[in-house]
Amino acid sequence: MSLLNNHKFIAFETIVIKEVRRFSRIWLQTLVPPAITIGLYFVIFGNLVGRRIGEMGGFQYMEFIIPGLIMMSVIQNSYSNVVSSFFSHKFQRSVEELLVSPVPNYVILAGFVVGGMARGLAVGAIVTSMSLFFADLEIAHPLITVAVILLTSIVFSMAGFINAVFANSFDDISIVPTFVLTPLIYLGGVFYSVQMLPGFWQTVSSFNPIFYMVNTFRYGFLGSSDVDVYWAFVILGVFVVVLYTGCLWLLRHGTGIRH
Amino acid sequence: MTVAIAIKELKKTYANGFEALKGISLEVEQGDFFALLGPNGAGKSTTIGVISTLVNRSGGTVEVFGRNVDTHVYETKLDLGVVPQEVNFSQFERVRDIVMTQAGYYGLPRSLAHERTEKYLKKLGLWEKRMDRSRSLSGGMKRRLMIARALVHEPRLLILDEPTAGVDIELRRSMWDFLTEINASGTTIILTTHYLEEAEQLCRNIAIIDNGEIIENTSMKKLLSELDSQVFVLDSPSLLAEEIVLNTAGVSARRVDEHSLEVSVAAGVNVNSVFAELDSKGIAISSMRNKTNRLEQLFITRLRNQG
Repeated sequence: MSLLNNHKFIAFETIVIKEVRRFSRIWLQTLVPPAITIGLYFVIFGNLVGRRIGEMGGFQYMEFIIPGLIMMSVIQNSYSNVVSSFFSHKFQRSVEELLVSPVPNYVILAGFVVGGMARGLAVGAIVTSMSLFFADLEIAHPLITVAVILLTSIVFSMAGFINAVFANSFDDISIVPTFVLTPLIYLGGVFYSVQMLPGFWQTVSSFNPIFYMVNTFRYGFLGSSDVDVYWAFVILGVFVVVLYTGCLWLLRHGTGIRH
Repeated sequence: MTVAIAIKELKKTYANGFEALKGISLEVEQGDFFALLGPNGAGKSTTIGVISTLVNRSGGTVEVFGRNVDTHVYETKLDLGVVPQEVNFSQFERVRDIVMTQAGYYGLPRSLAHERTEKYLKKLGLWEKRMDRSRSLSGGMKRRLMIARALVHEPRLLILDEPTAGVDIELRRSMWDFLTEINASGTTIILTTHYLEEAEQLCRNIAIIDNGEIIENTSMKKLLSELDSQVFVLDSPSLLAEEIVLNTAGVSARRVDEHSLEVSVAAGVNVNSVFAELDSKGIAISSMRNKTNRLEQLFITRLRNQG
């Protein structure tokens, strides 16, 4: 049993190393652009516009948007790493290497998810480092901060995996990030407090899962949030379980990868 | 004798309704070098896809070394190495990394993976290219890389789906030598190929699949013995007469040009008698070859009969 576990760990490690090597090799496409984009947000929204806005939710506007921008970069990069990598495996048919090997489905999934988390967290770390040039960061609840960022990157890595499984072309891997993910992130309270919205739109926002993730992460940093942190973790937990089950089901049935 | 692979009543119907396999049954013994032949679209690649789990079957069972692939997923996959028809590795990775990654998927510890990668890249003449990106390799090198990759975990059963397609003759022959060596060391090999000369040269047993059904499953020797006749092309340094009549029963001759002739020899006729008669007529023979590959002749006959 221990030998079998060891085999599985080696396979898992192999997938993770391969994934990290992939996004590190193309760092100009994977690590630099998000850093530049978020840097521009810091300069334009946080600094130039933020000075006129003043305070938001009891904090300087720059302090208010930093957790949201970090979370935004983690979500986008965790998702895009897995969707582009797994779709490339399908497109080049190198996924067949994995499918004929004795790697269990949950190990395949774990390998890609950890690869996605690695890129999401790497970009998150770069963005956090950049934010130090604009504000003095203090973390009010370190455990909550770490827990929510890890769970969020797991959720979006698995969501990216599902997108890749169903994708048949490179267009298919950009539709969800463009038309679903980006609007949900922007409307998830990255740049504003939901308290500013009329009652109806506050209710609409409560159906946006990213709203809970951004605000819980902000709570971890600032100690203040628009959402109940307990419910945010329940929602994250439900998403992890549902997406994990869905990913494994797709792998077991060979959807999009076996004929 | 242990059976390396046993397929029973294997069926596959694709989503578009195409019935690729209509309940085929097949056994390949351990240590065999087995040819799976058939025209394009006959079901060869689907059969290999089902065995390697890349294709979901619609019915039937597959056992690898006596173990069911459904109940012993990991053990059966460890026993299996697959060289697909089309290149299926990342074009952006280095040659060494592709083989090392495959070793990792099979759970080989890093030191052993390094050792095996070096061993098989050297055997297949790719060691000098180990740091090159795979996209820079020639077609033949890519095929050899897929073989090295399939062998890195040293499977007991190697399945090759047209491994020499598009490979030049010199390289093809060196791959034959390599595969013969692998087979001699105990690895069971199943080969699909369009080069019937390759199957005749390498394989001991053969199955012909057509339209999703096995139409022939026998030993290569037995199959070749079923040939009604063989046609040889003989080259002569002498100037040949317009008409050549041979009196040996079951033998006929036709002049092709002034230095070569075609001789049709019926099954069971001793070829020595043909040479003796030609010699008695003062016709010296400098070289001889089959007009068409013997297996090709049979293959076409079987398919025609089937149609």
